[in-house]
Amino acid sequence: MCGGRKNTWLQNQKPGSDTVIDMQDVWKTYPNGTHALKGVTVQIDRSEFVYVVGPSGAGKSTFMKLMYREEVPTKGQISVNGFNLGKLKQRNIPLLRRNIGVIFQDYRLLPKLTAYENVAFAMEVIEAPRKLMKKRVMEVLDLVGLKNKANREPQHLSGGEQQRVAIARAIVNNPSVIVADEPTGNLDPETSWGIMQLLDEINFRGTTIVMATHNKEIVNTMRKRVLAIEDGQVVRDQLRGEYGYEF
Amino acid sequence: MNFNTLLRHFREGTKNVFRNGWMSIASIMSIVVSLSLLGVALLLVLNLDRAADEVDKQIEISVYLNLEIDQAGRDTVEQEIRSMPEVEEVSFVSKEEGLETMRETLGDAMVKGYEETGTNPLPDMFKVQVIEATTVPFVADKISALNGADPNGPIYEVDYGKGTAERLFQWTQTIRVVGVVLVLALGVMAMFLIANTIKITIIARRREIAIMKLVGATNRFIRWPFFIEGVLIGMTGSAITLGILLYGYFRIELAASGWTSALFTLIPLSEVSLWFSILILGLGFLIGAWGSTISIRKFLKV
Repeated sequence: MCGGRKNTWLQNQKPGSDTVIDMQDVWKTYPNGTHALKGVTVQIDRSEFVYVVGPSGAGKSTFMKLMYREEVPTKGQISVNGFNLGKLKQRNIPLLRRNIGVIFQDYRLLPKLTAYENVAFAMEVIEAPRKLMKKRVMEVLDLVGLKNKANREPQHLSGGEQQRVAIARAIVNNPSVIVADEPTGNLDPETSWGIMQLLDEINFRGTTIVMATHNKEIVNTMRKRVLAIEDGQVVRDQLRGEYGYEF
Repeated sequence: MNFNTLLRHFREGTKNVFRNGWMSIASIMSIVVSLSLLGVALLLVLNLDRAADEVDKQIEISVYLNLEIDQAGRDTVEQEIRSMPEVEEVSFVSKEEGLETMRETLGDAMVKGYEETGTNPLPDMFKVQVIEATTVPFVADKISALNGADPNGPIYEVDYGKGTAERLFQWTQTIRVVGVVLVLALGVMAMFLIANTIKITIIARRREIAIMKLVGATNRFIRWPFFIEGVLIGMTGSAITLGILLYGYFRIELAASGWTSALFTLIPLSEVSLWFSILILGLGFLIGAWGSTISIRKFLKV
């Protein structure tokens, strides 16, 4: 429809290395003395789908937050999509985050904006041309199955629908990585499966997905790489792994 | 930032005023209340100050000269009074003029006797006006001192309404101090009221700002719509205030035109309206801009 025109501003992936996320001996100690991570070394390649599992309080959330620079490591190196997070200046954090789509258990949509406006916000941030924005936002809303609910505000959408809007927002700028922290945590099993199919499809198109979860059934059925974190350390790293816990 | 983005910020800022309907109304109301109190106090104080000025101006020093003084002696006294730095104006009132004034104020009957006999008991006098009304007693003393030790000096008596004048000064001074204190107190109160409204909006907005940052918005991108929203709310509030106050003043001026005396006249609306409008609108702008800036600054460091 747009005659094969290339939209260079949408192409965020940096060519070259195949490693998208690289953590080297990462430690994180909070000011209250809690040692959340104790020497984590992990590499995640382009187009991988990785589950992060482990008991509550084991350090999963910290592990996720480090990737989009909500937390800084106490020690160690992290690089995400070519950004060296240790040297990343405060004012360049937004540039990093535009390359990462984040999805949360509690959706985190802007409350007074419609589904359309929530997704469009992510494109306004990168100053995308308005014409292109309309087309692209409707395209991703269609992809997540919410084209006909574009004008609804979050409070008039079900939990599953809100999470779909959040996913649409996460992918609208074609990020190279999606970080999802328990995206199905608040959803019933059936809705959860819908969300997982969507994420699987996005991953199939080439986006790296790192997802923290407590959902045993999903992990055991979908069989992707599994990172198990316990007591601040990676205790298991399996390709096509299992959940491995009884709860 | 390109032009489209700037347009977007204006659009979003305006939309936000409506999206946050009740919060916007609450903010506008608190600005209207604060600015109205401040504006009323200011207008009141200005009028009282003007009235006090009028009263002060009416205080003058009467310098009665000895009946036997000659032209040369009179000129010397005038010269010396004029040379005092506190003195603004000296005017000579001859005994004939004095009698004429007496006739005007007290009526023909009082002066009839004098005219028939051709005598005039009144002395020549100087009326002295000073620059700063509070210096009146001091200047009066200085003029008395011109006689030196000579009991038959050129000056017979110096009068300025001793006692009455001092009481009046005390009154006008009190009014001025009370006025300034009132305006300052209301100013501080207005600031607290508005700061409190802002604090409430902050709590409602902190989550939104955190989300915007997660999506990769820069601080500037987040700040702009908030700034425009704040300024719109501030200007709306001050425009409403201005409408209320100017209309109110207009009505009071209309009602007062019947009974104002020479002693107390309202400052005409036409004289205050321009700078008062600028002041109130300017304050509205500042409150909005300042409020929106401080309300998000805290939360931008996510």
